[in-house]
Amino acid sequence: MSTLTSRNKTIALLCAISCLNLSAFALAGDIKDVDSTSSKQNTIEIKDFAFNPQTITVKSGEKITWTNRDEEPHTIVSVEKQFKKSSALDTDQTFTITAGAPGTYTYFCSVHPKMTGTIIVVKS
Amino acid sequence: MSDYISHDHEHDGIDRRGFLQCMAWAGTGLLWTVSGGVLASKTLAQIAKAGEPLPATDLSFLQISDSHIGFNKDANKDVTATFKIALDRINAMPTPPSFLIHTGDITQLSKPEEFDTFDEVLKSCRTKDVFYVPGEHDVLNDGGKLYRERYLKRVEAKGSGWYSFNKNGVHFIGLVNVLDLQAGGLGQLGDEQLEWLEADVKDLGTSTPIVVFAHIPLWAVYPQWGWGTSDSERALGYLKRFGSVTVLNGHIHQVLQKVEGNVTFHTAMSTAFPQPAPGTAPSPGPLKVPAEKLRSLLGLTSVQYKQGKTALAVVDSNLS
Repeated sequence: MSTLTSRNKTIALLCAISCLNLSAFALAGDIKDVDSTSSKQNTIEIKDFAFNPQTITVKSGEKITWTNRDEEPHTIVSVEKQFKKSSALDTDQTFTITAGAPGTYTYFCSVHPKMTGTIIVVKS
Repeated sequence: MSDYISHDHEHDGIDRRGFLQCMAWAGTGLLWTVSGGVLASKTLAQIAKAGEPLPATDLSFLQISDSHIGFNKDANKDVTATFKIALDRINAMPTPPSFLIHTGDITQLSKPEEFDTFDEVLKSCRTKDVFYVPGEHDVLNDGGKLYRERYLKRVEAKGSGWYSFNKNGVHFIGLVNVLDLQAGGLGQLGDEQLEWLEADVKDLGTSTPIVVFAHIPLWAVYPQWGWGTSDSERALGYLKRFGSVTVLNGHIHQVLQKVEGNVTFHTAMSTAFPQPAPGTAPSPGPLKVPAEKLRSLLGLTSVQYKQGKTALAVVDSNLS
């Protein structure tokens, strides 16, 4: 019985699919791990009246977190009102959003409007 | 570094060296008189020692600025105490000012309890009449609603809180340039306020002395740090025909002065903490100085007007 019967073929195929599904699940888990790593990478530090990095590329669905390291309050406000604005962040306070649809999003600090930044969201 | 005086289009003789000298004097308590674009000075200590009272004037008022109640970082861990010292200085003046002008940043984070503390401490001031304009720190999360509810009760404010009033023949204009700021931009007055301003001064005679006060400087002090107002030129255009215009600002926590034609621009010290001179640090922000030096960099500004004289005398004194 080295050859697969049609029935066996179906079973084998289902097995393969479920294995694929499992690996897909495992991959999702990996992505979750990558997510938490990448959420570290998706950190924007506010220091000396600047967003650093000024431009960040993230995948749709990933989190982006700003941390204010200045002694001045700063805000994060979407220029085109594409995401909810932050309240004023005091020193060491953070603000997190989840990246939405792919595209380019510009934002600024409404308290110090010279401070601007860009988020590029790509497909996950 | 030299950028902040590059807008001296009038070639009025205030060169960079002279300008920096002015800055150096500013922290030492100095009587500024401005007449025909010529600055003259005399220290407050000299006046006090000689027993000379300040010249009799028809109106004197005082500018305080940037009290930042609620700030508690290294640059000044007790801004309420230094604000109180500023009020003590006002209470000790032989002739109390007619009123105070606060040019914004009453609080650090627009919190109700910070406004409460400010109001409570202010009760100790003998001078009760206070006119306000907001700083960006006073309008952080609510577009200035709380600020307007508290500080505009005694004026007929329009729009987001601008107004004018007359005292002893001087026309005072309080402007708001810290709201609806645009990405990449500076302080902003906006069309509605500018149209109001044009109408407000339209029927005034050119000999009426004008005092304009707003938080962010109405001249390009240092645009790289946001120290300027994008549409201030238009506002100043409406004021060009007047013989005497005095513009009082805060925001930059240091004394800078510029004379352009009949317009004198002046920024005040903070009562909370100093900031670096334009371009001398990676960014603006609270400047840490040795504790014993702090009060020499904080202060208030007295302005005196005598009828018949074109120029107003602007006197800065520190809290040392």
